[in-house]
Amino acid sequence: MSQGISIKRGANINLIGEAEKLLSEAQPSKTFALKPDNFFSLVPRLMVKVGESVAKGTPVFHAKHDPRILFVSPVSGVLKEIRRGSKRKILDIVIETKNDSVIKHDIKSVRKTDRKTIVEILLKSGAWPFIKQRPYGILADPDVIPKSIYVSSCSTAPLGVDFEFLLKNDKDDFQLGIDVLNTLVETPLNLSTDASFSGFLENIKGVNILPVDGPHPAGNVSVQMQRHLPINMGEKVWEVRPEDVANIGKLFSSGEYSAQRTVAVAGSSVGHPQYIKTNIGAEISTLINLTGVDDSYPNRYINGDVLSGVSVSAQGYIDFYNNLLTIIPEGNHSRMFGWLPFMDNKIPSLSNTSFSWLFGKKGYYVDTNMNGEERAFVVTGEMEKVFPMDIYPMQLLKACMAEDIEKMEALGIYEVIPEDFGLIDYASTSKIEAQEIIRGGIELMIKEVG
Amino acid sequence: MSFLRKKLDDLKRPFGKGEKWEKYAPAINAFDTFLFVPNHTTKTGAHIRDAVDLKRTMVTVIIALIPALVYGIYNTGYQYYVQTGEAFTFLDAFIHGSWKIFPMIVVSYIVGLTIEFIFAVYRGHEVNEGYLVTGLLIPMIMPVDIPLWMVAISVAFAVLIAKEAFGGTGMNILNPALTARAFAFFAYPTYMSGNKVWVSEASNMDGISGETILGTLAAGGKVDYSFFEMFQGSIPGSIAETSAFFVLIGAFILIATGVGSWRIMLGGIFGAALVGLLFNLWGANALMSFSWVNHLVVGGFAFGLVFMATDPVSGSQTNKGKWIYGFLIGVFCILIRVFNPAYPEGVMLAILLMNVFAPTIDHYVIQGNISKRKKRWATALKTV
Repeated sequence: MSQGISIKRGANINLIGEAEKLLSEAQPSKTFALKPDNFFSLVPRLMVKVGESVAKGTPVFHAKHDPRILFVSPVSGVLKEIRRGSKRKILDIVIETKNDSVIKHDIKSVRKTDRKTIVEILLKSGAWPFIKQRPYGILADPDVIPKSIYVSSCSTAPLGVDFEFLLKNDKDDFQLGIDVLNTLVETPLNLSTDASFSGFLENIKGVNILPVDGPHPAGNVSVQMQRHLPINMGEKVWEVRPEDVANIGKLFSSGEYSAQRTVAVAGSSVGHPQYIKTNIGAEISTLINLTGVDDSYPNRYINGDVLSGVSVSAQGYIDFYNNLLTIIPEGNHSRMFGWLPFMDNKIPSLSNTSFSWLFGKKGYYVDTNMNGEERAFVVTGEMEKVFPMDIYPMQLLKACMAEDIEKMEALGIYEVIPEDFGLIDYASTSKIEAQEIIRGGIELMIKEVG
Repeated sequence: MSFLRKKLDDLKRPFGKGEKWEKYAPAINAFDTFLFVPNHTTKTGAHIRDAVDLKRTMVTVIIALIPALVYGIYNTGYQYYVQTGEAFTFLDAFIHGSWKIFPMIVVSYIVGLTIEFIFAVYRGHEVNEGYLVTGLLIPMIMPVDIPLWMVAISVAFAVLIAKEAFGGTGMNILNPALTARAFAFFAYPTYMSGNKVWVSEASNMDGISGETILGTLAAGGKVDYSFFEMFQGSIPGSIAETSAFFVLIGAFILIATGVGSWRIMLGGIFGAALVGLLFNLWGANALMSFSWVNHLVVGGFAFGLVFMATDPVSGSQTNKGKWIYGFLIGVFCILIRVFNPAYPEGVMLAILLMNVFAPTIDHYVIQGNISKRKKRWATALKTV
């Protein structure tokens, strides 16, 4: 065990509607969808036509930049529909479930398999996209030997999930997944755990445990990496989400691609917030039919947490990477004189111009109101308070806006991804869209520097 | 409430997208958003947002200014009646001060906001709230007898040249309120210094000197105010700067709400105290031997440090930078007071000077972070 990571700056936003530790199976979903947008900076190339049958594990599309990276069907069925957006961009690839055919891979024991073969299995089976690469948070490059691999089992985002609970039935597969991933790197994989809680994750073998303690964004891999071993220019680091470690383990134990996704359905609009086991790409309705949703008012459905998740319609599908579905009320209402200091104290605020800290014991009800309008950068110092990295966030944002690549590099663009700026979005007095600005900056870096 | 909301929405219809008066939407929105926080929901980025916004922040500064303003109004009347020798009550003094000061505030807001609205419509962005504070600050730092047209011209200069020329709120280099005062100071020096401008109607009295303490010291005179009078503020000076006590209340509000930077304030006090103390040890003339403690409470030092130096746009933006920036304001303020008798009050020039250097300070602070990162890259390359 190495030294722990202790974070001081940041904030926990305690919201109503945390998922109860109760695990149920989702209703069977009639259709599943793969969304190329779930993969940052990916251009998809379809491999199957509408109407064709696919087995569980059949490649549906591949990455344009690397045809070896396959994205496979999470279920057996028929490709029903390809939904496109503007400029014919592919949004959803919808697969209707049918039959029960599965692609089996011939896999020997991990100990007897070399790195090259393991990479091949991961690519061929469609499990490769479970691995994301820093800088930028893109799909991992199969030709790279990364400096290290990080798995963060510590979720500090609002209504964050408990991975100890979520993985309780997959302990062996998780260990196997770790063993597989350890063959890809030279140093043991780094597994960060919640320092305040000890469970089975601490007894996982062959890993470097990083106990993490502190407020959000302590659970973000960027923050942990920067405290542990910051990324330098030219270095590549990989990141895998805990349940995907188990999915990789399942692939090697069963020879079948596993797309298991346990989703915490949470938020104040959810009738009975709980954990639900399903597959990647399942219909959201099959989850909320179980938990119930108060739809007497308009709601926002978010794939992910309230700070950096992606909004989705109630008829939409579960995303590839996330373990959280948050449902909160929309906030399209005006508040009279709401801008006065110490008004509407039930709205959580990190600022001392509100008494909201008196009302947060049991958690806050939140909605999606902007609580103000966008303005120029004025207030200084508030971003630093919620940003525990050794980076000047406002200056980095300004460098991204100015598209000054040299400055972005020097100020640490390689060490961040948009989600690290989620709290800054939230806390900003001027309602700056920090995550959007960083995303734009990273896209520019990929285009210009690669 | 919903009735009012409906009425407003009806009123706003011709200003909507694609409608006849769309161009003027920023002007009508500015009024609307003062009644209601709009019903806008998050589109991208975080789905929930903090309750704080720029309006709330700016209004907090205005609340922090009110104690000093109220005392300034009273002191205007107090100085007037002490000078004439008439008997007066608190209310008399307050009424006299109000007659003097409210017209200045009204002029400042009308002129400044008109320019802001024109620019907002012209540029097609919403009206920023920054001027609410600037517009109140400008009259508060003027001598009481300044003619209203001078207030108007100073405001116009500050908003046009110090702010809009640079791109508006958030882009300016100099603090707009101080720019207004500096403009008046250099354009109309006879109205901005001497012994006849600091007390209401003093120019109509014979043989009475209403000189400020720093002015008296610079002229080599003797000061016969006690420390308590200086601290409490019953002395001649710019309208709202005289009372260190009420400025401190404002400082407390700013620090408690987190709106004003305590780093800048504390840095400034350290800087001024240190230089003041050094001069006390030297003690070559009246200003040098003026106790460093008194330096902190007389003149505009406290007011400038609390309300002007902490302007986040024109000040340093990094936490380390804020310490340096505040410290140097304190240092230069006392240096100018002592060495430059033509400008008995140094805080205005000290802050404007440091406004110019704030980006440089930040540059070096950030450069430290950058070189640390580059050094790390270099060592990583070596070990590979």
